[in-house]
Amino acid sequence: MSEPSVSAGTDLHAWQVRKFRMQDRFFHHTTQAFALVVLATLVGILVSLGIEAWPSLAAFGPSFLWTNVWSVPGDQYGALAAIYGTVVTSVLALLMAVPVSFGIALFLTETCPAWLRRPLGTAIELLAGIPSIVYGIWGLFVFAPLFADYVQPPLQAWFGDMPLIGGWFAGPPIGLGILTASIVLAMMVIPFIASVMRDVFETVPHVLKESAYGMGCTTWEVVRHIVLPYTRVGVIGGIMLGLGRALGETMAVTFVIGNANRIQGSLFAPGTSIASTLANEFGEADPGLHIASLFALGLILFIISFVVLAVSRWLISRSIGSEGL
Amino acid sequence: MHILNTIGRGVIAAAMGVAFSVTALAADITGAGATFPYAVYTKWAEAYRAATGNKVNYQGIGSSGGVKQIKAKTVDFGGTDAPVKEEELDAVGLVQVPTVMGGVTIVMNVPGFESGRLKLDGATAAGIFRGAVTKWNDPAIARLNPGAKLPNLAITIAHRSDGSGTTFAFTHYLAKQSAEFRRDVGAGNTVNWPSNAIGGKGNPGVAANVQKIKGTIGYVDIADAMKNNMKFIALKNKSGHFIVPNQQAVADAAAGANFKVKGMAPDLLDQTHRNAWPITTATYILAYEKGASVEKQKALVDFFSWSLNNGQKMAEELGFVPLPAAVVKMAEAEMQRIR
Repeated sequence: MSEPSVSAGTDLHAWQVRKFRMQDRFFHHTTQAFALVVLATLVGILVSLGIEAWPSLAAFGPSFLWTNVWSVPGDQYGALAAIYGTVVTSVLALLMAVPVSFGIALFLTETCPAWLRRPLGTAIELLAGIPSIVYGIWGLFVFAPLFADYVQPPLQAWFGDMPLIGGWFAGPPIGLGILTASIVLAMMVIPFIASVMRDVFETVPHVLKESAYGMGCTTWEVVRHIVLPYTRVGVIGGIMLGLGRALGETMAVTFVIGNANRIQGSLFAPGTSIASTLANEFGEADPGLHIASLFALGLILFIISFVVLAVSRWLISRSIGSEGL
Repeated sequence: MHILNTIGRGVIAAAMGVAFSVTALAADITGAGATFPYAVYTKWAEAYRAATGNKVNYQGIGSSGGVKQIKAKTVDFGGTDAPVKEEELDAVGLVQVPTVMGGVTIVMNVPGFESGRLKLDGATAAGIFRGAVTKWNDPAIARLNPGAKLPNLAITIAHRSDGSGTTFAFTHYLAKQSAEFRRDVGAGNTVNWPSNAIGGKGNPGVAANVQKIKGTIGYVDIADAMKNNMKFIALKNKSGHFIVPNQQAVADAAAGANFKVKGMAPDLLDQTHRNAWPITTATYILAYEKGASVEKQKALVDFFSWSLNNGQKMAEELGFVPLPAAVVKMAEAEMQRIR
């Protein structure tokens, strides 16, 4: 920068510095305000859920959490059946989705021919973009009848008489229920988990992999000893993202879970989840304990999601520490 | 009162003649509530707009939502399937008028049985829907169907998972038939179904479950049952006849009912006419006796008067049942209180 005259130059310089500093401060405060909106929304939701849920919490106390009754005519409410359905469907969905996603991601990054990589990757991203109601309608009209006719009867024939797990496959094969909801959920979260895993697998430096291959490692050995340790954090993050989606999924589950406010041992039996109960009953809920109990369910779902997030953070930080990354 | 009604009727008849040919009322009106009449209200609104140029909006948010919204004065009229009680109407200052009727039908998916071939009475239906009768070849069902080959098949109940006026009407009918049903399941928008029950979202959800799952019995409103070509159960009515539901049987049920009660909501369930369909219901609108805007109140009355007199055919085509002519006159007189 040229300096026409010393005094004018310092003035100009000082003025510019002030201006930049003002701009910086303005920028800082504006963006900070935007960020605070997020925080305020979060706290606002939590507080309003708490206020609306209060009549129910006051009436039933902490036993709301482990009471297995949801009776609108009797005005008695407990969240256990909904919590059970939410947790069981989400965990089953993850048990099915994680190995499949892992396989998809590995194939795409390690062994897929180059010409197939892009179409496959795009297909997975498209699957992730399908609205959940479409999965619900497909689950109800296409998947459930096929499942009832061709999958449930053989499952019952193979496992129905076994001790312990036989009870999981008891009851009439109607195609709807906890297991169907878990499978549809698994299909919905696979694209999420798979695409995150693929992205993190791609971050592994080629040097590392190539030197392992150069030492004569098989693909599996490379994955086991190089790729997985390097990407552990991202893999956990992807799984947790999938779990978060499964816990809160509403419409697809409402269509296929069977919507029975009770806990039955069989995975073929209809059940309910927190989100599906809210979707079903909010519209026509009577003022009073019914509405308050639905809000309390919402609060519980909020807390479950929060705990999942906290645990995943903790897992990630722990694995970062142990790897020394 | 009767004289006043008669005068009122004359006045509105005259006023309508003028209103339709000459003036167009400017105020747009909005309503919200029961989802059951949504199809017919929207159809009426469309035809009314074509005829008069005035706009009517109706949102199907559910009956309790409709009552809530009119109480909160966010809409010009509320829609509800479950009639509001007299005391409450008076306390809030609301007028309640029936607009159209419907029936709740019992539908089934039992291999070997065509529509209308399987007979039930109210008590047996209540036994099935509270989970006491669990097989299709149960003696209670066999007794009503002598000679029929009933399969040894588990019964699955298909019900509405969302709170619903259809459930309200159906469970009130069954609770009338059986004290055990009232005790175990209850009567209302959302009830405690037994363990062999499966919930579907909306009438289409229940219809899908019944059609997909063998051995299912469920309940859907007559419009959806006809649209989906479902298999009906013939239900024994109060006079002892087995009725296969149709629009005429719903109309016959209303013919014997006395609408001259406050709120115009007589119990239409289990009527004595020989051809009466036992599970007949009406749907209602709610509006303030003294509204905030006279213009809107006028427009509202005008819309429903027009629809009740010109919309019967549209209602029938959609699977609804129009009010009997005498009840239309009473409804028009009652609407004169909406000012």
